[in-house]
Amino acid sequence: MRINQFIQMSLCWLLWCGIGLQQAWAILPISHWTTTTGAKVYFVANPGLPMLDVAVDFPAGSVYDQASKAGVAGLTQGLLRLGVDGLSEDQIAQQFADVGAQLGGRIDDDRAGLSLRMLSEPRLRTVALTLMSRLLRAPDYPELVVAREKARLIDALKESALKPDTQVGKLFSQLVYGSHPYAIQSDAASVARITRADLRAFHQQHFVAERAIVAIMGDVTRAEAERIAEQLTQGLPRATAPALTLPVVERLNRGVTRIVAHPALQSHILIGGPGIARADPDYFALFVGNHILGGGGFVSRITEAVRQQRGLAYSAYSYFAPQRWGGMFVIGMQTRRDQANEALSVTRQVLAEYVAQGPTAAELEAAKQNIVGGFPLRIDSNRKIIEYLSAIGFYQLPLTYLDDFVMRVEQVSAADIRAAFARRVDPAKMVTVVVGADRDETQTESKP
Amino acid sequence: MECNLFACITEVKVKFMFNINKLFFICSLSLGLVCSLDGGAATLESAVVEQQLANGLRVLVKPDRRAPVVVSMVWYRVGSIDEHNGQTGVAHMLEHMMFKGTRKLGVGEFSKRIAAAGGRENAFTSNDYTGYFQTLHKSALPLAFELEADRMANLMMNPAEFDKEIKVVMEERRWRTDDKPLALVRERLMATALIAHPARNPVVGWMNDLENMRLEDAQAFYNTWYAPNNATIVVVGDVEPAAVFALAQQHFGTIASKSLPVRKPQLEPPALGMNQIRVQAPAELPYVLMAYRAPRLQNSQNDSEYYALEMLEGILSGHEAARLPQRMVKTDQIANSAGAEYDGIGQGPGFFYLRGTPGAGRTAEQVEQALRREVKRVVDEGVTEDELNRVKAQLMAAQVYQRDSMFYQAQQIGWIEMSGFSHWDLDILMQQLQKVTVDQIRAVAKKYLIDSQLTVAYLEPQPLSGQKRPSAPPAGVRHAN
Repeated sequence: MRINQFIQMSLCWLLWCGIGLQQAWAILPISHWTTTTGAKVYFVANPGLPMLDVAVDFPAGSVYDQASKAGVAGLTQGLLRLGVDGLSEDQIAQQFADVGAQLGGRIDDDRAGLSLRMLSEPRLRTVALTLMSRLLRAPDYPELVVAREKARLIDALKESALKPDTQVGKLFSQLVYGSHPYAIQSDAASVARITRADLRAFHQQHFVAERAIVAIMGDVTRAEAERIAEQLTQGLPRATAPALTLPVVERLNRGVTRIVAHPALQSHILIGGPGIARADPDYFALFVGNHILGGGGFVSRITEAVRQQRGLAYSAYSYFAPQRWGGMFVIGMQTRRDQANEALSVTRQVLAEYVAQGPTAAELEAAKQNIVGGFPLRIDSNRKIIEYLSAIGFYQLPLTYLDDFVMRVEQVSAADIRAAFARRVDPAKMVTVVVGADRDETQTESKP
Repeated sequence: MECNLFACITEVKVKFMFNINKLFFICSLSLGLVCSLDGGAATLESAVVEQQLANGLRVLVKPDRRAPVVVSMVWYRVGSIDEHNGQTGVAHMLEHMMFKGTRKLGVGEFSKRIAAAGGRENAFTSNDYTGYFQTLHKSALPLAFELEADRMANLMMNPAEFDKEIKVVMEERRWRTDDKPLALVRERLMATALIAHPARNPVVGWMNDLENMRLEDAQAFYNTWYAPNNATIVVVGDVEPAAVFALAQQHFGTIASKSLPVRKPQLEPPALGMNQIRVQAPAELPYVLMAYRAPRLQNSQNDSEYYALEMLEGILSGHEAARLPQRMVKTDQIANSAGAEYDGIGQGPGFFYLRGTPGAGRTAEQVEQALRREVKRVVDEGVTEDELNRVKAQLMAAQVYQRDSMFYQAQQIGWIEMSGFSHWDLDILMQQLQKVTVDQIRAVAKKYLIDSQLTVAYLEPQPLSGQKRPSAPPAGVRHAN
């Protein structure tokens, strides 16, 4: 196993925080256990700063919404903090503020949950953690708050529906995901149908102890972390049915281009298609490969062709967004509307060439230098590390994910990249959406 | 995977306290580094060590050994307020050109070499300053210094590259401002609230100035302002200060200092009454942004008004249960969002902003009235000790949290230095904030949040169905070739 010299040195600050022998080689010594409630815990101690971060996530993202009531997952998560067994939203916010704690949280397609940053001083952290555990366990969803937040959400959806960047993203997602639940999107009508009972039911069904992923990072001992994890998951709803299994996003059998009228000065362009699931064996080949194509900033092919050579866009990029049940591959940019066709043809040519030929040896070497050399930057703060802990837990990545990261990147060959792109990206069957044109238009590009 | 749709945020703002200090950062790269900063307050506990080279370059080093990483920043004390009439945007355009080659390095080579070393890089331009940074493994700091020293002295602008890059900047302006209603409101508000001070112009520049900008304009700006005696290096990370000073001497020590222009004060004449403007743009909901002229911090030991205004911002909108969200959004349900923001450090006039988006069926005027009622309530009844203590507790905690980010710490040091203060003042600011009393807060509200000092901007939403807006510039006026 080849580990770059300086990476081995890299997080030595973490190594002296009480770890077992078998982990002595680990870059990041992650402790992992299961609570009595069945939740999975991922913990890294760091006594370097008197602070603590925790995150509790559940498979409760918007992919679990019903189309007719899309928005339930988001409101269920968003309203966790707005009322709990007798405490009002203001009392909750005041209690956190009084101890200097910062409540956060996440809601995406796959995951939903709460996170909390606090001082590690025992009295202060106990106040904050006790309140957080109550929010997760028994949110009230008061009628008045539900009504108000629905109204705010509807307004926000109407507002964002006018924006070209929102429009392009929503339409792109619908076309890429097709009939998969990832395509479900909330709108004013679906939110209007949501009731308090829907939120309570969603919470009962999805915020269950057995599926909770608890990440803990900071200035506590393993024994303290164990107590914290128990406290955070005690009294959560219990699973009454097996975890939902969803199909994986299907490939497209033809390409489509949709042009949408909008008075914006710029056309917002997205090109892409289905990508990969987070656990896919092609992950590293596509990660490194995309770095060269459009993920590596100034030194990527798309930025070079679209911005550096032609001045067509400020921002031009590509990425894979892997999720639990598949994901998407996206190329994006914005350009003055009369340049949209030029930008499209340049980008398509870059993509077709890259998929056909793969990277050059020099490009691959440069990408690896950047990713490997920059590895310490990925884990140089508590904030970044706890994100990895949550992802390792949720996507069931190996505990050695970070230890192996550099090796996995190093192992990728140009042939791997070419083969992975050939499997995953078919330039003849791409979804293209352009918002910001004089009139609507649809083109279907290739027959099934 | 690592991906950012819009990596560098429109107005990345340094959170000094709760909200923001309105620093308009404009990042040169669109990818690769998220410029948004973690929340946090100002005080830096571990010491900053400082040295000045003979050519005037200042080097500030703050060791932080949590990871084998270093953040290296070069800050130039020049920004959009130093631009002349007809050349708005040139400071930011020059920032873009700084990635386009020197007498030694080809176009794009700077970025390639940083990338090969595993680094991330970007740059930002504000009213008062322009900054360039790299985050790298600590062993790569010499490379960062070598490259920064090279472009401090040897920038070479190529006309073909300039013509492409000005198009990129125009795209950036469309993306940041022209197609974003709230950004348009802010831009027009500043141009109304200020008459004489150049902070009235947007950092990115007016479109027509961009269309007519020449390479010679950027070159002259570079020749005038980019000099070691107008720059400060800030390094935070796993480094020894003495080694960093030696490295700075090695790479920057031979660059000659320049005689810098004397800045005219350009003091803004007093406001003579309330201003109101309306901005029409495609949107669903109205919006109101109110800007009261307010004092800037002059003396960190004595300006109690500055500190009281900062704490007022915290009490009005520093957390979810703060007054504006609590009253206007939750209880009275007049607004879908409401907030306050005090911009009181840096060049040019200070402002205290109030803003809000009405809920469905409400108007911007109703939100404005509600914001005024909250101001009146502070003036008439004052604020409570509980409210003030809550904000102070948040500040204390934020002081710890900010140490989780080396980048944020470097940003704070550079920002306070460029604003005419010293990094030592960060500690003083924090101490003074803890001393603010409820009476002081009431007094500054009464003194400064008054109509004669106010500019109000209303967004009047327009339907999408309208054809192209009149603001659309003629395509490629100068760069059609």
